[in-house]
Amino acid sequence: MLVLGIETSCDETAAALVADGTTVRSAVIGSQVEHHRPYGGVVPEIAARAHAELMLPVIDRTLVEGGATYDDLDGIAVTSGPGLVGALLVGVAAAKSLALATGAPLVGVNHLEGHVYATQLEFGPLEPPILALVVSGGHTSIALMAADGTFATVGQTIDDAAGEAFDKVARFLGLDYPGGPEIDRLAVDGDPRAMAFPRALSGGGYDFSLSGLKTAVIRELRRREAAGEAVDVADVAASFQEAIVDVAVAKTVAAAREHAVEQVAIVGGVAANSRLRQAMADVCDAEGLRLLAPTPALCTDNGAMIAAAGSNRLVRGERSPDDLGADPNLTLEDATGWAVR
Amino acid sequence: MNVLGIETSTARSSVCLGSDRGLLATAALGRPQAHGEFLAPAITFCLERAGIGLETVDGVAVSVGPGLYTGMRVGLVTAQTLAHARQLPVVGQSSLDVLAFGFRHAAAVGRALFAVLDAKRGELFWAAYRATAEGVSRVTEQRVGPPERLAGEIEAAGGAPICAGDGAAAHEALLTSAGGTVVTTWSAPSAVALVEMALPRFLRHDTQRPEDLRAVYLRQPDAKISWRNRGALHGGPGQPPSDAVARPTDSPARGGEGV
Repeated sequence: MLVLGIETSCDETAAALVADGTTVRSAVIGSQVEHHRPYGGVVPEIAARAHAELMLPVIDRTLVEGGATYDDLDGIAVTSGPGLVGALLVGVAAAKSLALATGAPLVGVNHLEGHVYATQLEFGPLEPPILALVVSGGHTSIALMAADGTFATVGQTIDDAAGEAFDKVARFLGLDYPGGPEIDRLAVDGDPRAMAFPRALSGGGYDFSLSGLKTAVIRELRRREAAGEAVDVADVAASFQEAIVDVAVAKTVAAAREHAVEQVAIVGGVAANSRLRQAMADVCDAEGLRLLAPTPALCTDNGAMIAAAGSNRLVRGERSPDDLGADPNLTLEDATGWAVR
Repeated sequence: MNVLGIETSTARSSVCLGSDRGLLATAALGRPQAHGEFLAPAITFCLERAGIGLETVDGVAVSVGPGLYTGMRVGLVTAQTLAHARQLPVVGQSSLDVLAFGFRHAAAVGRALFAVLDAKRGELFWAAYRATAEGVSRVTEQRVGPPERLAGEIEAAGGAPICAGDGAAAHEALLTSAGGTVVTTWSAPSAVALVEMALPRFLRHDTQRPEDLRAVYLRQPDAKISWRNRGALHGGPGQPPSDAVARPTDSPARGGEGV
């Protein structure tokens, strides 16, 4: 079964061909990073315009690189939410149009669900239950995948997403955009214990609060500046990163224990962070948990993860109607069976 | 020669299937913000009611704007991907041209006609036309600007020009006082006019490849960043990026978010 996956929820125009839900035949990403760099963040209208220009060339190249034609498609999967509505609508329009043109079945996929299914491309067919930490520029949540396609949100951020916190702190430090990879790179040479930043909501519950951490970093830098103390940017990066990683790892593992789940997945753009991967691997090792951490290229937004999740939906007999819309606030709970017709 | 037309550049959405022998089927929706959900079922409806399959469609025509950004992107991408998958030629038409073409019978030959669409943010998209024996001929660039500037152009044109489109209807009093004859009934570019306009281009092979279609925005996007907040984060007043100021034509410095 060959499925075309289309992803346009934020600032990557992506498509991929995936065979049998597990094997990437081709994957193309038309990155818009340069479009957004001057603004230090994703500008929705700029993203939507770029998606509209890149969509067809990206799909065309995906087919060419995968050695396939439109006639070979057994299904078309597309991110229908959550994300930027103007951006989502471009991918959804393309997917529905291709479904109409080829007769292949259409299936809408939740972007967060897609991130979780990225693990399937690396570790083979998933065997739920799995406890997933979904961390990216727009999302931070802990989700329980009880069965194939069945999710429950166990906890989530009540303010900033993890990637957002990385980007904001990076911007304050005057680092390049996007800031997440820059902090990761700098932190390697920094001392994670140089500054004691708060471990937000490190008490009970699985929700996160990250805006306080960002504020604490900025306040500490201002204080040192006023006091005339030198600041080692690498130390700041390492200490800030450690605060996020500490909380994310502790909550994820605690949630896995509470729900008696023995597999933990870390997915989403921030799951490409080397310290988070290392810390999660260490804890999972100590706790006897199996860690599913896809390679960084599969953590950031891509079309293959959407094709993988869509393949499983198609196998379960799910189809989306041809009036499928885009839902910027789609939740993982909505994802459970909402596309069934 | 069967042509599929897609028009989603205003709050209205419409689809038309036509041939060199005339209209085959059409579907239209007045509910705003519904372009995305409407298009695929509407295309299927037209094909089924016309009793033909997609394999007998020979080309796809689409309005490329100016108009409401989200709607025109949905129409454009739908047309592009459909045509690409079916290996069909496309024709992109200005939505203002399509609107004016729809009023060609309302104007005596030689009379001026203004096609006017809502551009949001208190502005309008417009262009001026002359009625000709064959249809209409655009005599100005497509513009975006405040209603007062359009009123000035209408006054300068004289001869009680016809002013059509949702943008004209929304500013009836101003444009009437400038000497315009404002059409206040439903007037939006339609897929029927689009197909009728595009058919001769398909017949003479004056077509484009799907990948060459581009949306006509006429405005740079709004950078939805609060520069003041960004500056405050750095401890100073916010400034937009210098290249955005220096190169307003190719960098996103100002314009129409949410259109």
